[in-house]
Amino acid sequence: MNRAIALVPAGLFVALVATFYFALFRDPSKIPSVLIDKPLPAFDLPGVEAGVAGLRSSDIRGEPVLLNVFGSWCISCVAEHPMLLELQRRGVVIDGIDWRDEAINGAKWLDQNGNPYARVGNDRTGRTGIDLGVTGAPETFVVDAHGRVRYKHIGPIEPDDWTNTIEPLMRKLRSES
Amino acid sequence: MRRAHIGLILGALLALAAPAYAVLPNEQLSDSALEARARHISQELRCVVCQNQTIDDSDAPLAHDLRVLLRERLLAGDTDEEAKAYLVKRYGNYVLLKPPFERETYLLWLGPFLVLALGGVIAGFYLADRSRMTPEPQLSAADRAKLDDLLKPENTE
Repeated sequence: MNRAIALVPAGLFVALVATFYFALFRDPSKIPSVLIDKPLPAFDLPGVEAGVAGLRSSDIRGEPVLLNVFGSWCISCVAEHPMLLELQRRGVVIDGIDWRDEAINGAKWLDQNGNPYARVGNDRTGRTGIDLGVTGAPETFVVDAHGRVRYKHIGPIEPDDWTNTIEPLMRKLRSES
Repeated sequence: MRRAHIGLILGALLALAAPAYAVLPNEQLSDSALEARARHISQELRCVVCQNQTIDDSDAPLAHDLRVLLRERLLAGDTDEEAKAYLVKRYGNYVLLKPPFERETYLLWLGPFLVLALGGVIAGFYLADRSRMTPEPQLSAADRAKLDDLLKPENTE
């Protein structure tokens, strides 16, 4: 009995160390999205160039889509861009929100780096980004055929993120719809 | 005389120094009561980019957007709670520096008391054990006789 109680502090210590150890590898900048399994908030954004259609939330329907938040000012977005172009080549539908950006800068950036997006909306004021709970760019939402958000990826999509998480989810969503 | 002057000037300069906040003049509302409410609320909201700062303190562009948005909500007639709820709906309880007391946060709020209670239980067991393990020391017959002898009135001066 005494022995057992004497071991309690040691046990608590081990539990604390384990908690701290796992917390070391947890990225606190990744805030869980409140939108998961909820419909995409309504938005209607103009295009980045005159005469080019923008992006409405109602456009994102009928098939699973990646909704990528980027900006011409965003350095990690440049790093992520080749991945998005590759996904476009593989037939993935990607829509883009040019967040907190002047449309002309967004258009220029897409000219220079290539345009992986099926549709792009310019969110100059950043309000649509706030409605989506965006904390920084790039962020990518997986939206299902019914226009519901199913997953949010924070930061650039790395090849591992695609093969381990996003692609299996997209495949599952496609078989659902 | 001159030293007193310098002291006075330095004192006056110190009085001018105010804590630096990130709120820019062009963000502020002309209605000072509303502005005071906005300042108060924004000190309770976490900047989601630089997470250990409030949106009142932070220079991050998104914190600026949220400060402006908050003031718009207040101008539109939101109560303090409604304005906060507007942001919670988008960013979750995460934006509140003081999370609400609800099922998901019971452990957060009650954890310290649990640890205190656990410590009390352990201390209680420990003390109970110790008092059982060290009984009152008993004097041997020889020691008692010696003590009685020492305490005799004629031996105590």
